[in-house]
Amino acid sequence: MSTLTTIVPLAFGALGRNRMRSLLTSLGVIIGVGALIVTVSSGEGSKAVLVEQLATLGTNLIIVLPGSSTQGGARGGSGSGRLLTHSDVLAVLKGVTAARYAAPVDRTVTQVVLDNQNWLTTVYGSTPEFFAIREWAIERGRFFNGSEADSGAKVCVIGRSVVAQLFGASDPLGQVVRVKAMPCVIVGVLAGKGQSSQGQDQDDLVVMPWVTFKSRMMSQDRIHVGSILVSATSPEEVSHAQTQLLGVLRQEHRLTEGTLDDFTVRNLADLAATQEKAADAQTGMLRNVAAVSLLVGGIGIMNIMLVSVTERTREIGIRLAIGASEGKVLLQFLLEAVVLSAAGGLLGIALGVGGSIALASAMGWPFVLTPFWIFIAFGISMAIGVVFGFYPARKAARMNPIDALRFE
Amino acid sequence: MASEHVIELTDITKTYAAGELEVHALRAVTLVIDKGEMVAIMGPSGSGKSTLMNILGCLDRPTSGSYLFEGREVATLAKPDLSALRLTAFGFVFQGFQLIARTSALDNVALPLVYADVGAKERTERAREALARVGLAGREHHSPTQLSGGEQQRVAIARALVNRPRLILADEPTGALDTRTSVEVLGLLQSLHATGITIVIVTHEPDIAAYAGRRIVVRDGRILSDERQSPRDAAADLLAMPAKAA
Repeated sequence: MSTLTTIVPLAFGALGRNRMRSLLTSLGVIIGVGALIVTVSSGEGSKAVLVEQLATLGTNLIIVLPGSSTQGGARGGSGSGRLLTHSDVLAVLKGVTAARYAAPVDRTVTQVVLDNQNWLTTVYGSTPEFFAIREWAIERGRFFNGSEADSGAKVCVIGRSVVAQLFGASDPLGQVVRVKAMPCVIVGVLAGKGQSSQGQDQDDLVVMPWVTFKSRMMSQDRIHVGSILVSATSPEEVSHAQTQLLGVLRQEHRLTEGTLDDFTVRNLADLAATQEKAADAQTGMLRNVAAVSLLVGGIGIMNIMLVSVTERTREIGIRLAIGASEGKVLLQFLLEAVVLSAAGGLLGIALGVGGSIALASAMGWPFVLTPFWIFIAFGISMAIGVVFGFYPARKAARMNPIDALRFE
Repeated sequence: MASEHVIELTDITKTYAAGELEVHALRAVTLVIDKGEMVAIMGPSGSGKSTLMNILGCLDRPTSGSYLFEGREVATLAKPDLSALRLTAFGFVFQGFQLIARTSALDNVALPLVYADVGAKERTERAREALARVGLAGREHHSPTQLSGGEQQRVAIARALVNRPRLILADEPTGALDTRTSVEVLGLLQSLHATGITIVIVTHEPDIAAYAGRRIVVRDGRILSDERQSPRDAAADLLAMPAKAA
C-alpha cells in the first residue's frame, strides 16, 4: 500500500509535465467512451420510446385474426379461410377467464363528410370495451355506451386528426357527419396518442358501435367479425389468456386433435420483442463502433507510452541505477497509462452524458442512462490503460541502467 | 583507519561479445578497499575503469570472479537483490549530473527515498537535510535548468547522500565543471569522507585524483598501479584561489 501511495504521485507528476500531450493521448479514449455512452443512452432512450408507443396500442393486448386457407398449394392471406364470428366473441367472453375484455373489431377505410368538407379515414366498428382494450382516453364528450352499442345507434367517437381535418377549431360534439352515406352524431373526441412505432397517425380514426358498423358499412352481415381484440387481466396473464383462447376457439370451431388452427392469435409482447430485437441489433452495431474506437484509443495510449519510454530512457536509467526495483518502475509507467486512460474515461463519460442529453432533446426521446453503464465505461477505460500500458511499462522496467544512462 | 574491507574483488573478469569478437574489458582484477577510504580510479578511456565502476556499483555483474561487499558475495546476486543493494548501501554521482528534468531539487533528492518506501514527511525532511549539507538550503524548489552546473552536481551528491549510503561512487564527478567548481565539489566529497563514508571516484584527470588518499591506475583491463598518497586539501586550495565574481 505504501508503494502505491508513493508511486501514484510520480505517475501524476510525469503526466503533469506534459499536459498537452497527455490530453491528446487520452483523446482516443475520451471519444471512445463518449461514443459508448451516447450509443447506450440513445439505445435505451429510443427503446423507452418504443415501449411507450407499444403501450399506446394497449398493454396486455391479444389479437385474434381469422386463419388462412390453402388452395392448390397457394396459401391465401389472413381471412381467406374460415372467418371469425360473433359467437366466437361470446365464447371468448364466457370461456377465457384470464381475459378482462374482448371486443369484435371490424374496420374499413372510407370518406367522412361534413358539409362541403370530407376526409378519408379508417372507420372502426366495435363495442365500448374497445376503448378499454386499446387504452383510449376521452378528451371531450363521452364514449358510446352499451345500450347504444347493442341497439346500433348512429353515434360515433372520433380521433383528434379527424377533428382537425373536418372541424378545425370549432366544436365537433353533437355535430352530424356522414360516414358512407349514414348520418352519425359525434358524441366524443378521443385523447391523442400520436404516431405509432411505424409512423402511422393513430389519431386518424372514427369509432362507431359494431352493430351500426355491420348494418350500415357492410352488407347486412351481422355474423362475421374481422378480428377480436382481447385484453388479459394483467401482463403476466397474457400467455395464460392466450392458451385459454386457443382452447376455447378450437372447441368453438370444433377442431379435432391434429388439425391446424383456423385462426391466428398474436400478442403485443411478441410484437414488442421483435421490435426491441431490431433496435438492439442497431445499438449493438453502434456499440461495436464504439468498441473499435476504444481499441484505437488504447493503441494511441500504447504508442505515446512507447514514445515516452524512449524519450525518458535516461530518466528510467537514473531511477533504476539509484535502486528502483523493476516492479516499481513498471508500476509507475503502468499507472501513468492507467491515469491517462481513466482520466480520458472520466472526460469521455462527461462528454457522452452531455452528448446524450443533447441528442435526446433533439430526437425527442427521454434521456436514459443506467449508472451500470457509467461504471462499465470507467472500468473499460481503466482496463485499456492496464492492457495497453503494460508492454511499454515492461519495456521501461527491463532497461539496462548502464545503457539507459548513456542514452542520448 | 579501521582495516575492515568494504570491497574485496578477486580475479574479476568482464567479457563482452561484440559481434564475432570478444572484448575483455576486465582481466583478473583483484582489489581491496577498506572502510573509510577515498580512492581515485584512473585510466584513459577504454581502460576498463567504467566497467570496473559499474561492477563496483552493482550495475553490472562480472563474467567471473568474486566480489565481496561488506563480506557478502554479490557477484552472483539476482537483479532485485542488486537493486535493493544499490538503494540501501550505495550512493551514485553520475557523469553529467543525471537529474530528472522539470523536477525540483527537493524531489530529485527525495527520489531514492520514494523507492525505499519512506513516508512523505520523512522524505521531505531528509531531502532538505541533504540539500542543506551540500550548501543548497533555499534552492529546494529550483528545477535543474534553474541551477548552475556546480549546483546541479551538488544536488546529485545530495541525492547520493540521502539514503545514508556506506559507499559513494562518483563517475567523473567534475567532468562538466570548471576548475573552481570542481575543487568545490571535491571539497564536498572530502567532507563527506571525513564523516566516515567510503568514496570511490573514477576520473581520467590526475588533478582530480590528487584529492584522494589512494590512486589506482587501470589500463587494458588490469590494475597498473595502486599507491597511497597524501591527498590535497580542497578547502585550502579553494582559499588560495581568487574569489569568483558573484
